[in-house]
Amino acid sequence: MQLTLWTYEGPPHVGAMRVATAMEGVHYVLHAPQGDTYADLLFTMIERLPKRPPVTYTTFQARDLGGDTAELFKNAAREAYERFQPEALLVGASCTAELIQDDPGGLARALNLPIPVVAVELPAYQKKENWGAGETFYQLVRACATPNAPPPGWTRTKNAVPTCNILGPTALGFRHRDDVREISELLARIGVTVNVVAPLGARPSDLARLGDADFNVVLYPETAGVTASWLTRTFQQPATKIVPIGVGATRDFIGEVCALAGIDAGPILADYAPRAAWYARSVDSTYLTGKRVFVFGDATHAIAAARVATDEFGFVVVGLGSYSREFGREVREAAKLYGVDPLLTDDYLEVEEKIAAAQPDLVLGTQMERHIAKRLRVPCAVISAPVHVQDFPARHSPQMGIEGANVLFDAWVHPLMMGLEEHLLTMFREDFEFHGEAAASHLGAGAAVAPPAPEPELVGAGAAVLVAAPEQQSAQPIVSAWSPDAEKELGKIPFFVRGKARRNTERFAQERGLGTITVETLYDAKAHFGR
Amino acid sequence: MDGFVQPVTGRGCADAVVPMERGQREVFCGLTGIIWLHRKIQDAFFLVVGSRTCAHLIQSAAGVMIFAEPRFATAIIDERDLAGLADCNDELDRVVTRLLERRPEIKLLFLVGSCPSEVIKLDLSRAAQRLSRQFMPGVRVLNYSGSGIETTFTQGEDACLASLVPILPTATTASLLVVGALAEVVEDQMRRLFAAMGVAPVAFLPPRSALDLPSVGPDTRYLLAQPFLSDTARALDERGAKRISAPFPLGVEGTTLWLTAAAEAFGVGAAALESAIAAPRERAERSLDRHRALLAGKRIFFFPDSQLELPLARFLSREMGMDLVEVGTPYLHRQHMTPELELLPEGTALVEGQDVERQLDRCRAEKPDLVVCGLGLANPLEAEGIATKWSIELLFSPTQGFDQAADLAELFARPLVRRAKLRV
Repeated sequence: MQLTLWTYEGPPHVGAMRVATAMEGVHYVLHAPQGDTYADLLFTMIERLPKRPPVTYTTFQARDLGGDTAELFKNAAREAYERFQPEALLVGASCTAELIQDDPGGLARALNLPIPVVAVELPAYQKKENWGAGETFYQLVRACATPNAPPPGWTRTKNAVPTCNILGPTALGFRHRDDVREISELLARIGVTVNVVAPLGARPSDLARLGDADFNVVLYPETAGVTASWLTRTFQQPATKIVPIGVGATRDFIGEVCALAGIDAGPILADYAPRAAWYARSVDSTYLTGKRVFVFGDATHAIAAARVATDEFGFVVVGLGSYSREFGREVREAAKLYGVDPLLTDDYLEVEEKIAAAQPDLVLGTQMERHIAKRLRVPCAVISAPVHVQDFPARHSPQMGIEGANVLFDAWVHPLMMGLEEHLLTMFREDFEFHGEAAASHLGAGAAVAPPAPEPELVGAGAAVLVAAPEQQSAQPIVSAWSPDAEKELGKIPFFVRGKARRNTERFAQERGLGTITVETLYDAKAHFGR
Repeated sequence: MDGFVQPVTGRGCADAVVPMERGQREVFCGLTGIIWLHRKIQDAFFLVVGSRTCAHLIQSAAGVMIFAEPRFATAIIDERDLAGLADCNDELDRVVTRLLERRPEIKLLFLVGSCPSEVIKLDLSRAAQRLSRQFMPGVRVLNYSGSGIETTFTQGEDACLASLVPILPTATTASLLVVGALAEVVEDQMRRLFAAMGVAPVAFLPPRSALDLPSVGPDTRYLLAQPFLSDTARALDERGAKRISAPFPLGVEGTTLWLTAAAEAFGVGAAALESAIAAPRERAERSLDRHRALLAGKRIFFFPDSQLELPLARFLSREMGMDLVEVGTPYLHRQHMTPELELLPEGTALVEGQDVERQLDRCRAEKPDLVVCGLGLANPLEAEGIATKWSIELLFSPTQGFDQAADLAELFARPLVRRAKLRV
């Protein structure tokens, strides 16, 4: 048993729903108790889809458990077929139905429906949402594309015009809708034709012709990695490895696509100049240099964000983690690049502890970290699912490709103080309305980053977390005491660097065995670390 | 009362044969009640013993991360528990111990059963007794089921309150107990009204603090403030308390009849009652006029959800002049609902249970002006051109009593007002 306050991922059948809902012509019959229909609201309320997810639930109750739940499932599947006339039927069980072992796949096949029936077994007590999406997509592709699989000994011949599939985007994905548009446009500019985008917008008949493409573009390895490997084995289609998030990764992606397509990347890259690249070099961005950033999200977005933060913002990555345990190896390798310990966990409390301990200047995380950051009064930008209604903006707002890089620049800079504003705060730190506790002027009154209370509370919030975790506390060295004067002087330092100043001063005092931190100690430490 | 309200002529729908529909039920399970109960009882913690689905449901229904550190959590059963590699009871003890170390301010812990815990027959009542022995007197541990196989949406609150009844202290004197979670502003208004009527002492279940449990005994008369509390009522009956039968306090008429029933039970004279409620009642009636102009003659369709459907339909039909196209309810508790059924227009299309697809067919065919439904159906219906009111908002908003009557009407008027305003 695991104590969970908030979950980063839903159960695996929600992943299956993300695939079914993204597609056309697929209906999912889910053996599930009353109440599991809550999942519909993820799509209709959070993503604001104007249609119900194509899911029929058996919604069995206690009185049905004594009777024939298998018959209930068969009726639901039969009626769903008659009513919705799908091209393919997906069947499966949610966590509770898994326990009663009714075998939805066998029951549905016994109905002899004139369409493919794809049974997905998603172990709900072992796996989670993204795995469920990946497995469901894989099973659907296998079922639909296998009849068109080439015989042994076949060799692929290239299409006259280079052609690819875009794999991975689902319903309820973090900016998937916008990424698909952005990458489709980029591919068109390169001269590559898109054969099929899947699952988003695809029909089962589209999955059947995936093999027509020369290669696959894998946007989200969490949902499309397994499918892409199978397509490589079955149809000899190579797949892209680079996820085009950020200026550098998009450039690499263009190179990779051109290599797969047999196109000279030179002319395309010659024109490659995302606005974000210039903005990052502009003098106004100097203030971004060396800001400490904590990154957490799904593996794809977290790894990409760490690279962008380092190479394209000049930040220092002080933490990198993911809840995608399936991608532990990739996260560990990335963490090595930045010299940090990889954090692989889906325990919200552990993430909170780690962020509090790292005292970052900016958190790049999910909606969960946004809340942690709010409590710790650290600015935060959201880079990954789990999604919130705010993650489906009305405007085009991709994370990938050229416009995606521009969006990242805006979205990550937005929560921070602007350059000159930061300097003015340092100069006039006791101004009654323009002081360290005030919000950045462009964020308005009451913005999340505005710390309305004085600094001791900032420490208090972090300390509360540490106290709550005794094992963490015991690892902390004894802290030197601050004299009232030194504490007051510390308060004059703008809040966004105060944590760093406090930490450095305490470390300086401990290394020298100083029991009390005075104003002198503060400036001694500043001189010491400022060398 | 305004001339709009029709006098009761016959028995309304009291003798109606209500068809029972079976099929897919588009409703929440009882775990959802935790979202408001954990705010109501401020020193209680709700630990769901369930699956990742349960955790995901509560956080999705609540809107992700409303509360940085909520007073609810899920002990997620994993494959080790199911395979018997870990003893579920040992695991639960470990999780509860960690939780209570983290949250020393908690005085009452509910172990909340779920579909998976019910199916694997994990005995949470024994676990609660064992943990209570371990953590008393600091923390009392109770259990109830919020599972979808046993409870629908608001029945979770019923199960929670029913679990509290056996531990209520025994009362030896007469008192009034108001049962059902109410917004604090509503509770305070009701306290003032009962005081003005001379009904005392008055207590509320659930209390705001676990240390402030109301007493109950043979001289306790209780008044249900919510229509979904059948198990709680049965448990109170077992403690000897007596239910005061009344319509529910929604709308001016409902509130008047609800307070009148209390007055009669406590021997309050008509004059004393009238002097206590005349002013707020008239104020409420005036405030309804604005919304009546908009709602009268409009056709409304209720999908079954919270069990509030019947009292709401009665209010909207009798006080707002709306036409009831269909009134679905997940369950119909005949005994508790008789005063409501008597007030509903004869021939109202009542349906118990649900087959969501057939109901959507009927709804589309009827083209009502307003549909009351859950969050999964609202946007799809809006996209089809049908105005909707999310039913969950009716649970989350203060709607009972005189001074909320207009707010209640406004919840139904708002979607129509908004549609009239928008030019997109």
